[in-house]
Amino acid sequence: MWWNTILLALRAIRRNILRSFLTVLGIVIGVAAVITMVTIGKGATAQVQQQIASMGSNLLMVTPGKRLGPGQSSDIVLFKESDGEAILREISSIAAVAPVSTRSLQAVFGNQNWSTAVTGSDNEYFRVTNRSIRTGRQFSESEVRAGAAVCIVGETVRKKLFSGQGGVGENIRLEKLSCQVIGVLEAKGQSTMGTDQDDIVVIPLHTYQRRISGNQDVAMFQVSVQEGASTEKARTDIGRLLRERRHLSASDDDNFNVMDMKEIANMLAGTTQLLTALLAAVAAVSLLVGGIGIMNIMLVSVTERTREIGIRLAIGALEYDVLMQFLVEAVVLSSLGGLVGIALATAGSYVAAKLMQVPYIFNPGINLLSFLFSAAIGVIFGFFPARRAARLDPIDALRHE
Amino acid sequence: MNISGAQQKEGKSGQYLIEFSGVTKVYGEGHASMQALQGIDLRIDEGEFVAIMGPSGSGKSTCMNILGCLDMPTSGTYLFRDVDVGRLTRNQRALLRRYYQGFVFQGYNLLSRTSALENVELPLIYRGVPVHQRREQALKALDTVGLRGWEAHTPGELSGGQQQRVAIARAIVTEPTVLLADEPTGNLDTSRSLEIMELLNALNSNQGITIIMITHEPDMATYAKRLIRFRDGLVETDMQNGRAK
Repeated sequence: MWWNTILLALRAIRRNILRSFLTVLGIVIGVAAVITMVTIGKGATAQVQQQIASMGSNLLMVTPGKRLGPGQSSDIVLFKESDGEAILREISSIAAVAPVSTRSLQAVFGNQNWSTAVTGSDNEYFRVTNRSIRTGRQFSESEVRAGAAVCIVGETVRKKLFSGQGGVGENIRLEKLSCQVIGVLEAKGQSTMGTDQDDIVVIPLHTYQRRISGNQDVAMFQVSVQEGASTEKARTDIGRLLRERRHLSASDDDNFNVMDMKEIANMLAGTTQLLTALLAAVAAVSLLVGGIGIMNIMLVSVTERTREIGIRLAIGALEYDVLMQFLVEAVVLSSLGGLVGIALATAGSYVAAKLMQVPYIFNPGINLLSFLFSAAIGVIFGFFPARRAARLDPIDALRHE
Repeated sequence: MNISGAQQKEGKSGQYLIEFSGVTKVYGEGHASMQALQGIDLRIDEGEFVAIMGPSGSGKSTCMNILGCLDMPTSGTYLFRDVDVGRLTRNQRALLRRYYQGFVFQGYNLLSRTSALENVELPLIYRGVPVHQRREQALKALDTVGLRGWEAHTPGELSGGQQQRVAIARAIVTEPTVLLADEPTGNLDTSRSLEIMELLNALNSNQGITIIMITHEPDMATYAKRLIRFRDGLVETDMQNGRAK
């Protein structure tokens, strides 16, 4: 009986294939949109978390300047190299401190040139930011100390300046500084904020200070806290130490900032999740609209098939039989729409993930949920038309033209 | 929804299959009302073959719809095997139609765009007959009405006479207790009409199916053992084998 009813429904749907398709288009689009939104959203969240993890979730950023509120001016007192050394020396839970000063410069090799971010730091930089050298080597101790004219480049820079796999051993020019490429970094791709992390040239801090900035300042420190140690504690320790070094009295505000990467990570993930939820909600509304479309067409269908309903009632169908016939038809219709939507969403989110460079994560939960939801829409919006069909008077229905 | 009480009662007092007492039917209300049946008393035994004749508007079809439980009398009682149909719910009446009655409608009333076979199978589906048996019975019924080989055709591909015969096949496929036919030969030529009458006759005498048939043609009415004439919503004459009853 059930099988009969489903076959009957499929036949009724096939009979008006174009109309059926247009009817469920709302459901198709709704389901596809919800699944795509959620899939892309989950992928983006996963990517953010993965990037933060690869950056080191135990990373602290120490920057000069106050947290600016409204109406406040900042008088920035920059750091010296010794501040970093003090942090590493005084605070036991700190694993590594990398001084970082960055400026955007033209890198030139032969007739190739490329605008990139030139960072002055030392080997700790690679440790703190979790990066490794793919070819070549790190800076030697003497190069760091003496401020030698050497550099380590990111993959993007290498590709722009050199053909093929070349690069190491060549001399490139950064403004007036001519330096030798001694290493190439392992590629890392886009960062959370969408910047290319491989578009970078790292030179020793002393080289940077002497040949590029012309002063002894350090723009910021990137600090990694030891595995298992509390980043929160490290933050306050660094804060206390810097206040002391900067001779701030108790009434003074900090004129520096210590930021926790975990905080930033959570904030970013939270934003992504909120956006995903909002978009999915909008998509869910389109599912509802799709349901109304189904109800509309089912009502038309009941009117069109009044005579058929009359015949069925006259030869022994119960109200229940007719109700089920139309309800099953609505559910089959909306479920088919759901399936098409899932297929569309799978293809769509795969392509979108590729385009947006977000990992594609198949999410069985949301697929199942969307399918059940579309079936439920069939039940909810199919019930009223089906009941209307079931309650027809056989005599009136048979007279219907 | 239990109508098996009918069978239990049968032994006690149920001498008649159908019993109408003072059945009236009024359509509409007030000035616009029209009295289709003015008070019909009628008793039909199991196994009878009854022809109903009468000018149009005399209440034949209304009577037929009430017999088929599709319509309800305005007043009076209709007993089907001693069960008061007026007291049954809508679903109980549907079950009565499903298990006891076959109906041949005046305008065929076949499902369009559905094959002859599937049309004939329809009442069996609602009876819950399994698919194999269903197909077999439907093919047999189509064979009986002379439509072997036409089972895959839809009503649109069949002539009026063929559609009429599909409708008859659909009504007899369940081997009902009573077959109600509203002008079953209305659209057939004489030779086909006679074939159908022979068929009904055979169903009546061989299987004991009670047949109640509306017809306009005196030739067809002669096949029936009993002839009831309607006029102005009343039974005018009721003749059994040519004699007044």
